[in-house]
Amino acid sequence: MFALIGIEHRYGAATVLRIDEWRAAEGEHWLLAGPSGSGKTTLLHILAGLTTPTIGTVVVGGTDLGTLKGSARDRWRGRTVGLVPQRLHLVGALDVRDNLRLAQFLAGVPDDPERVRELLAAVGVGDLANRYPRELSQGQAQRVAIARSVINRPALVLADEPTANLDDAHAAGALELLRAQAIANGATLVVASHDARVRPLLPRAFALPPRPAVAARDGIAA
Amino acid sequence: MNVVRLAFAYARRRPLATVFNIALLAVGVATITLVILLSRELEQRLAREATGIDLVVGAKGSPLQLVLAGVYHADVPPGNVPLAAVEELARNPLVQQVIPLALGDSYRGFRIVGTEPAFVAHYGASLAQGSGWSRPMEAVLGSDVARASGLAVGTTFAGSHGLAEGGGDHGETPYRVVGILAPTGRVIDRLVLTGIDSVWRVHAHEDADAEHADADHDHAATSDRAQPSAARATGHAPVREVTLALVRYKSPLAAASLPRTINAETVLQAASPPYESARLFTVFGVGTEVVRGFALLLIGASAFGLFVALAQALDERRYDLAIMRVLGARRSTIVAVLLLESVLLAATGLVLGLGLAHGLAAGIGAWLPAAAPLAAGARVWQPEEWGVVALALGAGIIATLLPAWRAYRLDVAATLAEG
Repeated sequence: MFALIGIEHRYGAATVLRIDEWRAAEGEHWLLAGPSGSGKTTLLHILAGLTTPTIGTVVVGGTDLGTLKGSARDRWRGRTVGLVPQRLHLVGALDVRDNLRLAQFLAGVPDDPERVRELLAAVGVGDLANRYPRELSQGQAQRVAIARSVINRPALVLADEPTANLDDAHAAGALELLRAQAIANGATLVVASHDARVRPLLPRAFALPPRPAVAARDGIAA
Repeated sequence: MNVVRLAFAYARRRPLATVFNIALLAVGVATITLVILLSRELEQRLAREATGIDLVVGAKGSPLQLVLAGVYHADVPPGNVPLAAVEELARNPLVQQVIPLALGDSYRGFRIVGTEPAFVAHYGASLAQGSGWSRPMEAVLGSDVARASGLAVGTTFAGSHGLAEGGGDHGETPYRVVGILAPTGRVIDRLVLTGIDSVWRVHAHEDADAEHADADHDHAATSDRAQPSAARATGHAPVREVTLALVRYKSPLAAASLPRTINAETVLQAASPPYESARLFTVFGVGTEVVRGFALLLIGASAFGLFVALAQALDERRYDLAIMRVLGARRSTIVAVLLLESVLLAATGLVLGLGLAHGLAAGIGAWLPAAAPLAAGARVWQPEEWGVVALALGAGIIATLLPAWRAYRLDVAATLAEG
């Protein structure tokens, strides 16, 4: 479904990410593992077309992202990728229903209230459609963010540390919901996490080594 | 969901800042629009009143005063001139028509004008009731005078001395109302009309009285009246005087030479209404410029307020903008949302301001009775108001430029990572 080949990403002189190759088939569920600062979020952003790696080829769903520029890339992202950011980032000015409709609008997908209703019910927040994000618990907000990520039936769903602030029961529930929604919408799933609880819940894992630059500095310090 | 809904949602989120900025802009727009409406209406009324009057002639003195007294009935006239001089002017081949006016008295603040029937014809007025004056001490009332005084055809009234209220009464020589004019929308609505000989008669009577008893006012000091000065001296055979006359040229060519001839060779002074009102406008134009400047300041302040609100909101909203980009929004969509939001605010302030200005102009008579005739300006859309529209919307757009540029340049990945 996607392939990362010969990826290297630098900030200034520091190399923050290096991957020789990572391929995932359609419908697979992956854990992107690695300690804090190893570049998991950067890699998710590369897969989402938000960050262009300094070197390397990124192919998602048959599209070479290197060939996509500007608004074409924005349009592609809106329809192909669903992202659940670590901080969720629901739009506070809009209620839950409008947060989902905003995702439809911005991706250029026709307004579909029925789809919004069904999806909110499917993630267990069907009765919160008129609530504003500040009126939601952390767990409820995460369900809404998951619903938003799959509203346009993306081919690839990316979740960044979805269990970071959750207790064991809720962590398992969040993973369960992500996997169920990925399956329901036919999406490939990548969950970036350094949480040991997540490892057994996903069938495949891709591990990032500690950040190269950090390793080098540690080496000097040692 | 669409960009407008989104813009509204954000405006609702900051109600206090939103309302404040809208109100500030509305007040600025209302102020500048009110000045436009009233000054344009005033200009048009002044021009309308002067239609068909090429020249005002009267005693030597201030030409502006002559025009104010003769055309707008707003100032005291400079003095009197012999009727013979006016009749002489009427025989000039360049002159088509001369209408003499004898001023000096008033009734409840409305001026009593001694004149000829041609005066009524000049203003295109027609009788609503009764007939025109034919004998001395018969009077025809303008429509405003009739309505305000309640005088009907057949009733009598006494004029009072001077052009303002509060002068001594001419109780012994009352006028009898013989006719009432239909409204014209011009100054004649606020005048009491009578024959010139009536005015002479009132003052001849007075002067005769004054020789026997102590007068309650000093005739010699009042220059604002058509009084037979010779009567004071002799008690009879008055020199016939008028206050001023309205002149119409036979051809526009007369404008080149006639005023100069009159000023140089006769006891009369000639004043051109368009020229004098233009001069008047440059004087109080300064006042309206000051008000306009103040209004511009208000609009500028609201634009700055809008800018501050947006710039502040952007700090909080950059995560929203980043997630919108994640959801597929182009950079241009983000800019459009911000732009539309402030244009919507500006448009709301604009509409409220324009409505307020037209409303205040319509109701101006309630708090400024003297300006009541200007209320007609409220129903007119002045072309300059398009300038106000451009100004208000432009302020909204300019206020957005910097925040929009920052939003355009937003680094989505870095913003999401920091959040």
